[in-house]
Amino acid sequence: MYEFDFVRPATIAEAVQALAADEAQALGGGQTLLPTMKQRLAMPEALVSLTGIDELQGVCPDGEALAIGAATTHADVERATADSYPALAALAGQIGDPAVRNRGTIGGSLANNDPSACYPAAALASGATIVTHRREIAADEYFEGLFSTALEEDEIITHVRMPVPQAAAYEKFVQPASRFALVGVFVARFEDGVRVAVTGASEEGVFRWEEAEAALSQSFSADAIAGLSVDPDGMIADLHGSKAYRAHLVQVITKRAVQAAAA
Amino acid sequence: MPKDHDGKFTGIGASTKRREDIRFLTGTGNYTDDINLNGQAYVHFLRSDVAHGRLLSVDTAAAAAMPGVVRIFTGADFEGVGGLPCGWQVTDRFGEVMQEPAHPVLAQGKVRHVGDPIAAVVADSAEQARDAAEAIVVDIEALPAVINMKEAVQDGATKVHDDLTSNLCYDWGFVEENRDAVDQAIQNAAHVTTLELVNNRLVANPMEPRVAVGDFNRATGESTLYTTSQNPHVIRLLMGAFVLGIPEHKLRVVAPDVGGGFGSKIFHYAEEAFCTFAAKALNRAVKWTSSRSEAFISDAHGRDHVTKIELALDADNNFTALRTETYANMGAYLSTFAPSVPTWLHGTLMAGNYKTPLIYVNVKAVFTNTVAVDAYRGAGRPEATYQLERVIDKAARELGVDPLALRRQNFITEFPYATPVAVEYDTGDYHATVDKLEEIADLGGFAARRAASEAKGKLRGLGVNCYIEACGIAPSNLVGQLGARAGLYESATVRVNATGGIVVMTGSHSHGQGHETAFPQVIAEMIGIPEEMVEIEHGDTANTPMGMGTYGSRSLAVGGSAMVRATEKIIAKAKKIAAHILEASDADIELKDGQFSVAGTDKSLAWGDVTLAAYVPHNYPLEDIEPGLEETAFYDPANFTYPSGAYACEVEVDPDTGKVSIERFAAADDFGNIVNPMIVDGQVHGGIGQGIGQALMEGCIYDDNGQLLSASFMDYAMPRADDLPFYEVDHSCQTPCTHNPLGVKGCGEAGAIGTPPAVVNAVIDALQSAGKPVTHIDMPLSPARVWAAMNP
Repeated sequence: MYEFDFVRPATIAEAVQALAADEAQALGGGQTLLPTMKQRLAMPEALVSLTGIDELQGVCPDGEALAIGAATTHADVERATADSYPALAALAGQIGDPAVRNRGTIGGSLANNDPSACYPAAALASGATIVTHRREIAADEYFEGLFSTALEEDEIITHVRMPVPQAAAYEKFVQPASRFALVGVFVARFEDGVRVAVTGASEEGVFRWEEAEAALSQSFSADAIAGLSVDPDGMIADLHGSKAYRAHLVQVITKRAVQAAAA
Repeated sequence: MPKDHDGKFTGIGASTKRREDIRFLTGTGNYTDDINLNGQAYVHFLRSDVAHGRLLSVDTAAAAAMPGVVRIFTGADFEGVGGLPCGWQVTDRFGEVMQEPAHPVLAQGKVRHVGDPIAAVVADSAEQARDAAEAIVVDIEALPAVINMKEAVQDGATKVHDDLTSNLCYDWGFVEENRDAVDQAIQNAAHVTTLELVNNRLVANPMEPRVAVGDFNRATGESTLYTTSQNPHVIRLLMGAFVLGIPEHKLRVVAPDVGGGFGSKIFHYAEEAFCTFAAKALNRAVKWTSSRSEAFISDAHGRDHVTKIELALDADNNFTALRTETYANMGAYLSTFAPSVPTWLHGTLMAGNYKTPLIYVNVKAVFTNTVAVDAYRGAGRPEATYQLERVIDKAARELGVDPLALRRQNFITEFPYATPVAVEYDTGDYHATVDKLEEIADLGGFAARRAASEAKGKLRGLGVNCYIEACGIAPSNLVGQLGARAGLYESATVRVNATGGIVVMTGSHSHGQGHETAFPQVIAEMIGIPEEMVEIEHGDTANTPMGMGTYGSRSLAVGGSAMVRATEKIIAKAKKIAAHILEASDADIELKDGQFSVAGTDKSLAWGDVTLAAYVPHNYPLEDIEPGLEETAFYDPANFTYPSGAYACEVEVDPDTGKVSIERFAAADDFGNIVNPMIVDGQVHGGIGQGIGQALMEGCIYDDNGQLLSASFMDYAMPRADDLPFYEVDHSCQTPCTHNPLGVKGCGEAGAIGTPPAVVNAVIDALQSAGKPVTHIDMPLSPARVWAAMNP
């Protein structure tokens, strides 16, 4: 990797100030950024680590929702939400391996918005609010495409407000090499309807499968979506699956997620 | 039988725990990257990012001025220096020798694959070297990439090597004289089963990437290379004699602890020659450590065959003839043993376990703009076994007969057996391994297990196959006739110290196989002393006799035999010493449990008394024998060894996703005699893991432009522990090798050879059980491929 400066501020204000510098970049757990830097595909002048800021850590109740600090690791999310939001805990516990889960953070994952990452599906299906140091962004407005979000350059996610559904499940069908989601589906049933978010499949990144949401809001059962399908156009095609295969998997994995949520 | 010395099992047959594991498992090994020499510099290779192109210019001026840069080398610095040699010359079916291109250490004139080294930057630190490499300006005129083998051999195809007549390295026919008879037999057959398949290209990916450290001593004029090699003497010979012109006595090659090789560390690589060359040029040690990304584009790959196979049967389902046509990818250059893999390690195995009377194998070896392809665990034998066992399975399905019954009907049952493809199997009992397989795999319980799987919506399949391999590589006179430019003996020096401890210096390099544990078991058995009294040294040409290294499941069969021969010499001499001291005839001396005794008397001497006498020769037959107790033997095998076995795999296929999970796996192998059953278990487990990896997960894919798409672990799927089942392995069927002193056959490659067809046969069985008309899917059987086959 190229040389860079490293700062580890203790407050959000200090972090914001540090990020104002030229080519400074926020560092969460570094699970994407550091490998990219090692390959010399990224060359920030400075890294601003967010892991030393207390107010970005931890999970606490926030009304009917959970407030999850952006710098909370996957492992901590798994532990802290095991009772309050088991589907989210299960998702966090399936990301990468123990080393990844002990470093990677929910804020880092959401800021990166990898099209195959797990957390974007949870945030979108839960109707989460992404809270930054300057504003609140609804998940529906936040995810803008591959590795692209509504965040501005110097904007820091402070926490994620995650409403807790009545029933929910995340099903991940893994890409055999990376074990990222080849297709991952998060299904969340709320009093006022069902939300279905799909990751891994689309060239546009995480998306809501609205047709399935409508059907499931009528009847929350796998059979309700048996006749539905997504258009293969716009699905990702790569070494690990064609567009048609991914489109097929979206339906299969959604059914499984519904079955798991209904169980 | 294991013996009990002081209440401890020891010797041949004991599952002694591996003594080397204490350092491997506690981070106290000494790997090449752990070696850091005073004042060493670091090299970074600038590698081509295009698959094929003409090198118009390489401007290093700006880079040379960068901080820390010592010197930048390009292809021009290697004008007049030798190229990387090929160790095997194949003669084609027309009697012509293969086309053999030059392979410069750094690219000259053209780049021929992504990863081909263009320049080497030596600097004070690895990061400085890399920084400077980015400042080198390379002008390449891109040329069309030659990727598809069948297109590569068409008239008018772009040539990888301009000075060769085509991209065809050789067109090999085996046995050429049988060609017409085979054609005729196929024409007249009652039934012919045809299968076209791909044996997928693999990346070996040992845990430790390659490393080389070159050093030069100006006072002695001696060069030293520390390298991640399976065969340091071979590297010394190839690099010294053919590339750099350094005689053996001025060149030392050290391969210390090596973190896995699987074949990929047999070969002599450009980076080794570069570090040795640069260290002398700069009078400074030069170190290179491969990154994982670099390994994907510079380590030799494995397999990559495209094959059509036809099996002819008579009306009674006896195999009457076999014909194959294979395109074998050589990559851009000929790696050290590449030409031998699809020919003499593949064609000679096409008889398998069966008495097929007529066989013809055609192999077209092709140059492409890809990384060189060479031996990978099994090397040629997995390719032979896969196509043969797949086509037999397909034939059984077409004929509606039981796949195992069809195999049994055609088994070779009398030994020795001369195959129609030039080898003679010394021993084997193929029915015995199948009998054992039926037992350990509980084949009788399959129907119930299938019903249980179906009840939960899964398809269940059972795949079986047999294999034979030629190991214990190899009889030098035979391989010499077949094109080898090397002998394939092995050596051992057994040094007995004054107080009785023993050091064995062997040319058999150990990089995970467990030699340091298993070899002492043999000597402990022969002399009757504890294993702890024996140490194994290997890996340093300065203190081991010339040896050919470790590959082809040869260490115990060939290296172990050399050690036995040397130990026999030691025992014979020790008996003479004992006879002198005991005032008896040496013919009357018996050695048992470490005691020399005179037959029929109670006179005896301990092992240590005799070894001490050898070095303190006060009462000693000096007029007859020299003092000291140290012997060397070279062993050249009389034949290959022929391990064989039968494997069974049960899979569940998820019909909704195409995902295959392996539910049961059983392997019944015949390795002849066994020295350490636990180590053999481990070798088989590892081989099965790699076989399952090839069958279900691993696929090295280039796009049409020669870019490697599977260039990291993000896209190249390595099997992980939870991808693999628990295995039932058994090696109680033992027909000892008849021609080596231990009766051993070798076990290192069996799993990788026997596994892929079992897995694929099982998946096909599962799909057909659901009425899917799928007869073949090319490996790896990823979920996407299986689903696509089910939903055409």
